[in-house]
Amino acid sequence: MLFFSYFKDLVGREVTVELKNDLAIRGTLHSVDQYLNIKLENTRVVDQEKYPHMLSVRNCFIRGSVVRYVQLPPDGVDVELLHDATRREARGG
Amino acid sequence: MSWASAEDIYLSTSLANYLDKKVLVLLRDGRKLLGILRSFDQFANAVLEGSCERVIVGDLYSDIPLGLYVIRGENVVLLGELDLEKEELPPHMTHVSAVEIKRAQKAEREATDLKGTIRKRLEFLDLD
Repeated sequence: MLFFSYFKDLVGREVTVELKNDLAIRGTLHSVDQYLNIKLENTRVVDQEKYPHMLSVRNCFIRGSVVRYVQLPPDGVDVELLHDATRREARGG
Repeated sequence: MSWASAEDIYLSTSLANYLDKKVLVLLRDGRKLLGILRSFDQFANAVLEGSCERVIVGDLYSDIPLGLYVIRGENVVLLGELDLEKEELPPHMTHVSAVEIKRAQKAEREATDLKGTIRKRLEFLDLD
């Protein structure tokens, strides 16, 4: 549940989601769920030339199982907080 | 059982707010389906009405009509709501018939196959 909570805190931030098929999409994080499915708003594809069919997609739902990376804003990571949460989770709390 | 309020659904990853809208579904094998989203569930299984497959080869594209499709969720990569105000494709792309796109697809496949065999034959040269 740690990463679910973590991503929930990032809602509203601008992220880039890279998929297993190498498609990279940038957009505002609208929501996440327990499977780490992601909804993005105001999306744009990083390599627009290569994926012309994505031109008119503004909002999208990405299935969690196809995500390779989520690139976060640099200030989106609070390492201290993440450390604490990880320890808590490891203790079973 | 309690029902989520309309607001909860809007704020969640639920596909409910894409219902009855024209969507683009990207599949794991690279295919692109367009249609009206009529139903879905928690696995992203989805029902598309009036669907078609959009085949793109270079600057050519074609929409091949398919009808009513039930998509198994595990094959879904992405489900995107289409902005009807915006052009679906860049203006330099031309619409061609299903027959023509099939021909273009075949030519492209043969070209990549050929590239593969040439590479294979020259492998002993250690090009990389």
